[in-house]
Amino acid sequence: MRFLFKTDYRQDLRLFKHGGQVFWYGALLLALMVAPWLLPDYWVSQLIFVCIYSIAGIGLMVLVGFTGQVSLGHAAFLAMGAYTEAYLQQHGWPFALSITFSALVAGLTGIIVGLPALRVKGMYLAIATLAFGFIVEEGLARADSVTGGNAGKMLGPLEVFGLPIDSDQRFYYLVLFFLVLVVLGVMNLLRSPTGRAFVAIRDSEISAQSMGINLARYKTTAFALSAAIAGIAGAFYAHKIRFLSPDQFTFLQSIELLMILVIGGVGSIYGAIFGAAFWIVVQQLIVLAKDWLPPAIGQQTGLQPTIFGLILVGFVLFEPMGLYGRWLKIRTFFQLFPFYRKGMFRRQKSYMKSERLK
Amino acid sequence: MLQFLQLVASGIAQGCIYGLIALGFVLIYKATETINFAQGDLMMLGGFLGLTGTLAMGLPFWAAFFAALVVMLFFGMALERVVLRPLLGHPAFTVVMVTIGVGYLARGLVTMIPEWGTDTHVLPVPYKDQIVSVGGNGTEGGLILSMEHIVIIVVTALLILALYLLFKHTKIGIAMQATSQNQLAAFYMGIPVRRINMLVWGISAAVSACAGLLLAPITFVHANMGFIGLKAFPAAVVGGFGSIPGALVGGLIIGVVETLAGFYLPEGFKDIAAYIVVLVMLAVKPNGLFGEKLAKRV
Repeated sequence: MRFLFKTDYRQDLRLFKHGGQVFWYGALLLALMVAPWLLPDYWVSQLIFVCIYSIAGIGLMVLVGFTGQVSLGHAAFLAMGAYTEAYLQQHGWPFALSITFSALVAGLTGIIVGLPALRVKGMYLAIATLAFGFIVEEGLARADSVTGGNAGKMLGPLEVFGLPIDSDQRFYYLVLFFLVLVVLGVMNLLRSPTGRAFVAIRDSEISAQSMGINLARYKTTAFALSAAIAGIAGAFYAHKIRFLSPDQFTFLQSIELLMILVIGGVGSIYGAIFGAAFWIVVQQLIVLAKDWLPPAIGQQTGLQPTIFGLILVGFVLFEPMGLYGRWLKIRTFFQLFPFYRKGMFRRQKSYMKSERLK
Repeated sequence: MLQFLQLVASGIAQGCIYGLIALGFVLIYKATETINFAQGDLMMLGGFLGLTGTLAMGLPFWAAFFAALVVMLFFGMALERVVLRPLLGHPAFTVVMVTIGVGYLARGLVTMIPEWGTDTHVLPVPYKDQIVSVGGNGTEGGLILSMEHIVIIVVTALLILALYLLFKHTKIGIAMQATSQNQLAAFYMGIPVRRINMLVWGISAAVSACAGLLLAPITFVHANMGFIGLKAFPAAVVGGFGSIPGALVGGLIIGVVETLAGFYLPEGFKDIAAYIVVLVMLAVKPNGLFGEKLAKRV
């Protein structure tokens, strides 16, 4: 067990709490850097997807996990980022500019969606975002002069500052760089007054308001940031798939992002990354399992939704804190050994308090 | 003019379906303050049960109809007992995610059942392809209604009446109202809150199954028919989420607007009309037409 003696307020603000963290995160980064040389191309490609989904997951986490606002239409922000990137690239914009613009356009859309969030909350907000998601999906299919409509849109090869990104390895480094950037950015955000305001709004809107937090401003900021990060993920998604069509950004995609958060653990950046990694690995395992399962089960088209459903229900029922929560429990068990008690992470249950006055 | 009436009539029939699914949402929301995202999938299960009843077991249609409702009643209760009960007292977001998971599970498992599978099935109904003409002479000049639409409207009306009587005039209905208003107080008054919640889930599942069976002759029965439930959210919101008559009125509004939009507006508006209506409604009157005042007590 490591004891941290705090002698300075700035210690609370440090990104790394102690030397051990610096070492282990450094080791992780090193492992991620050498991974593309050691792994076969196929798995590098999957690692890219893990990074993309992690970025999207962190974006949604800012909104759901830290600000406590639900969004069932996050695929729309992915789509805005992806299509903006595709459109700008087609018109010859350099990557550095086009990705900035993709994030900006998605962020602006986020502000528009955030506006109803000022008036409605909880489930009403969920339904407003759901409605928005459907409208964007349909809009993309109809605006075929820009998006190519249902026929889809192809993307050309990517080039960054004159360097052609023609292999998965190079693309992987690019995405990894942005993932690290986003993680650091969000970590910084969370220790800033803005981030703390987000968390305060999540924990109680009324007390946040009475502490002088402008709900309208911070909720809109949260939507904009979340959407902008999702837009970046969308832009990379576009470059990875190289083909965009509206049916890649459906309601189910939004739900999948939420599932990633729940599986990983809502309320921490680790959660988004763990969830994304788990998500991709499970999908690959299902593909692998199809070969050795008896055909009566393996060839069922319903296999994937069934397994996703089971995983989701299982996590909510048995590990509501997600993979990150499980990791915390295991770590605490060894740190406190042999004093770990079963009830240490038990959540307080509460009687339902109706939000309806009557 | 006649064409307009014709569109409104079919919009009302479609709206009844939305209204019934929205009713399922509202019942559960009122009782447990969570949204059940698996509502559309419960509807799909109802449709498949009707299919099994009529085709595999050879029951007459209406017998299969009621059998399916009863089975779904118990299915809903079992679902509450096994999946939702352990989550009592947890945040609403958790419960919503678990219902989404149940929806995935239902869609996946249904395709694995041999007789059901991924195919699109036709539910044989006794009133198939019959047409009723109102006003006008014979089949010409009048308002033409298909029997499927009339059955939808009539059954919905009967179901609403039955639910109204249940809530107003039976002990159990009043207990449900009390539970939905204040769980803790209801519990102190000796109302078995858990059993009431279970029953509410059962009734909600049965209402959705009813919607599925009524919709089956029009859209056929398949594993993804539950996605129509996503259009019932706007219906529930337009009506005010906590209101039972509101759910039906909201459903009718959405149904009629959608049908009219499909005819008069450019292609593509039909699918998003419901969502545009709900966004306008949330901007203008977030509590819906019949909604209760929303305010959080500190």
